[in-house]
Amino acid sequence: MPTYGVIGSGSFGTAIANILAENGEVLVYMRREEVMANYKAGEHKGQKINTKITPTMDLQEVCERAELIFPIVSSKGFRNMMRQAAPFLKPNHILIHGTKGLNVTMPDGKDLIAGQPVKKRYIRKMTDIIQEESMVIKIGCISGPNLAREIAKGQPAATVVSSRFNEVIERGKTALRSPRFRVYSSYDMAGVELSGVLKNIMAISSGIIGGLGLGENTKAMLISRGLGEMIKIGRCLGASHRSFLGIAGVGDLVATCSSPLSRNYTLGRRLAEGESVSQVLDTMEEVVEGYNTVRIAKGLAINYNLELPIVEALYSVLFEGSTIADCMQQLMTNSLDVDADFLE
Amino acid sequence: METIQSKTEELAYTLSHERDEHGHFVPVLEDLKDWPIYRLGKSRDTFVPKLIERSIEQAHLMSGTPQKLHDQIAQALYLERIRIKHDPYKVDPPDDKKFWKSMNERLVKSSLQNANGEVLEADAEMLSSIISRYAHEIAGNFNPKTYRFASKVLPMGFNRFLNAANTKRFWSGKFGIRDRIKLTGPMEHVRELSQKGTILLTPTHFSNLDSVLIGWTLHQLGLPAFLYGAGLNLFNGQFFKYFMNGLGAYRVDRRKKNRLYIETLKMYSRMTLRDGCHSLFFPGGTRARDGQLEKRLKLGLLSTAIDAQRECFTHPNGRQLTNPNAENNRIYVVPMVINYHFVLEAGGLIHQFLEKQGKDKYYIDKEIFPSRKAVLQFMQKFVGAKSEIFLSLGDPMDVFGNKVDLAGNSIDRNGNTIDISNYFKTNGEFKTDLQRDSEYTKLLSERIIDAFYKKNTVLSSHLVAYTAFNLLFRKHRRLDQYGVLRLPEDERKIPYAQFAQVVERLRDALKVMAANGEVQLANHMHGDIDRLIQHGIYNLGVYHAKHPLVKTDSGDISSEDMNLLFYYHNRLKGYDLQSYI
Repeated sequence: MPTYGVIGSGSFGTAIANILAENGEVLVYMRREEVMANYKAGEHKGQKINTKITPTMDLQEVCERAELIFPIVSSKGFRNMMRQAAPFLKPNHILIHGTKGLNVTMPDGKDLIAGQPVKKRYIRKMTDIIQEESMVIKIGCISGPNLAREIAKGQPAATVVSSRFNEVIERGKTALRSPRFRVYSSYDMAGVELSGVLKNIMAISSGIIGGLGLGENTKAMLISRGLGEMIKIGRCLGASHRSFLGIAGVGDLVATCSSPLSRNYTLGRRLAEGESVSQVLDTMEEVVEGYNTVRIAKGLAINYNLELPIVEALYSVLFEGSTIADCMQQLMTNSLDVDADFLE
Repeated sequence: METIQSKTEELAYTLSHERDEHGHFVPVLEDLKDWPIYRLGKSRDTFVPKLIERSIEQAHLMSGTPQKLHDQIAQALYLERIRIKHDPYKVDPPDDKKFWKSMNERLVKSSLQNANGEVLEADAEMLSSIISRYAHEIAGNFNPKTYRFASKVLPMGFNRFLNAANTKRFWSGKFGIRDRIKLTGPMEHVRELSQKGTILLTPTHFSNLDSVLIGWTLHQLGLPAFLYGAGLNLFNGQFFKYFMNGLGAYRVDRRKKNRLYIETLKMYSRMTLRDGCHSLFFPGGTRARDGQLEKRLKLGLLSTAIDAQRECFTHPNGRQLTNPNAENNRIYVVPMVINYHFVLEAGGLIHQFLEKQGKDKYYIDKEIFPSRKAVLQFMQKFVGAKSEIFLSLGDPMDVFGNKVDLAGNSIDRNGNTIDISNYFKTNGEFKTDLQRDSEYTKLLSERIIDAFYKKNTVLSSHLVAYTAFNLLFRKHRRLDQYGVLRLPEDERKIPYAQFAQVVERLRDALKVMAANGEVQLANHMHGDIDRLIQHGIYNLGVYHAKHPLVKTDSGDISSEDMNLLFYYHNRLKGYDLQSYI
């Protein structure tokens, strides 16, 4: 029976570990004692822990025992995690990550300041970080409408495993396949990865709409126009629009924009209900990736003159203290009025 | 980490002794008879039959079924008939027509036979004859006498040209080629690795003079001659034929685009690399017609580096024969960037590029080597203007793009040694996986391109051309690229103050990028901005009759030749600098 590794014990990491446990032994790496205790007690973040899962705080053990590893940690901690894992990794390792965020490394080594223009060469996807920090080449990512709590309940769902390598896709599919989890494949790694990352922006916006008590028309407008903005940003970063129209793009977008379960949605909803950004962020248990992604998207829009009204509006709410009402007004009256302009 | 550190220090110590009293590198292999290229030539009689055998195997493998093999032979014959009729070369063998005619007759007969799912005997024979013919044509010959002659005469000729402008120093020999050609990069590292394994040099390609400069570079580094593919058309002229034949060039015929030829050519490259023969690829294929750094490389030839490295582990063979001194079975890729202030063939190349653009898939495959008169004129101008050429070697890497230390080990960021054979393994076993290896090839090409951009030395001429073209483009934003190229002369003026301001802004941005290792700047890029602009405009204008940039009487900046301006501006394309304009 194969042994799979998972790095990260958040809700998605735990959900993936449970799926993997249906096809093999699973080693899950974690850093906190209390999480270890939860795992040992058989339940973490509301999810039962499969008996084939062994929690560990030894990264070396995970790398030595598993050839196929799924890193699923926040984008902020991703590089650090890779630096710690790198000494134990070998060229035959396969890493398929499930992190939906981006990193920016500015030339002066500092963090991106909100409102600062950003060039694409300073943006790193998680797959770029794996390559930069280790010698592993067989890299992939999973992305799709995979709300951890629904997966944990055993509801049917689909995901995409994407890589340049057949071998990575095939082994990823074999490891994740289950009667309740359908795995699709794609060679367009950048497209799949960016779809998952960029949809978080729309998820926050959708939360705002939900929080304002607005209806389906407004949400549909957001999803369709939002998809267009995601594609524009994706193209700017070198991806084609293809994957944005698949499971990892539209699929994930519809799920996250409709579900109050998602973290990004929750951020938006609570803002609309009157809380401040810092109030919400300080009380969220897990990282809200979309918050950082908005800042990066705004930086790209400034540098490359991208027309991204939803990103702009959300940016001014999150980082400039604008009111939601003002931004909605702005969105409804801006001059962009060509439908499906991302196809041009 | 500690052990690597001490090993590096030890090597650095021994390396410092490898120069003669004039500061020149001593040859890595003193005796020409020890050179891999010489030994390959010596073993030609055993090498070529192996090449034929493996190329036939490969043709069977690639076609998959007997019917597809038959179809491939038929296609090769069809394409060869067209080539003979429409594009004959002087250097083509006299029996070319007769050979292909006889093949054709055999094909007709074989088509009538029933194969019953097996490869027909007639097809197998034809395949063998065709591949054998190709293999003999491709395999080169290295003649030490020609090499010695060339390596003495060419630099002498070079020096003569260079000294012509400075007659006082002509006899003293103090003012030599070394002052005008700036070679930078990890030279000692490359020398060291040439003794550990096989070097694959992958330079940018802008001019036919590149080959001469690379030959000179290898000689300066004290390295043995490298194997390289030369267009068969170069063998047409007696003068070049003599050198090419003697210098160990293998022949590449761009007219032959059929699968059987391509596979034989790739097998030749794979086997020579595997057997330890230092080689040179221009990975961009042909000279960059638009003047831009290569953005996409030809993967066919590059894939042979991955194949060769894999076979070093799975089929070690022949290396002892060709490169007995090699300590390991590694291939080291060394990118190289060549920078000129002005390019010999710029006018012709950009004309071809613009003609080609818009005409989908139009391919110019006639390479015309510049006349001796043009080369002479170029050299005279080069010397007269005291212009410089910049050659930058990139850091050596393995075929997966990992860094390589002085001892020849692949290392990761943490300084850990990587056993690269594991890249070809799954669950601890070597596994054949063509899709995987084709992705490795793409990754290698990405790493080489990355190195091109990082090791590119930005010159004043590039910067002023980039600034001027972009300012004109922005000023006439309603026009497309062609519209800007057709601007009438009075529309091409840029006020000097505006021009200088943008040049400075770009220069400062480039400085930050250079500090971050994203690009290199020539020394003249620092300091006073007016001087830099003057230097750039002057150097751009030295060679071309119509100047790409001029300073008008009123002090404005203008252009006499927009196509050339576009060509030189392209050198800084791809650095994402538009937002500074």
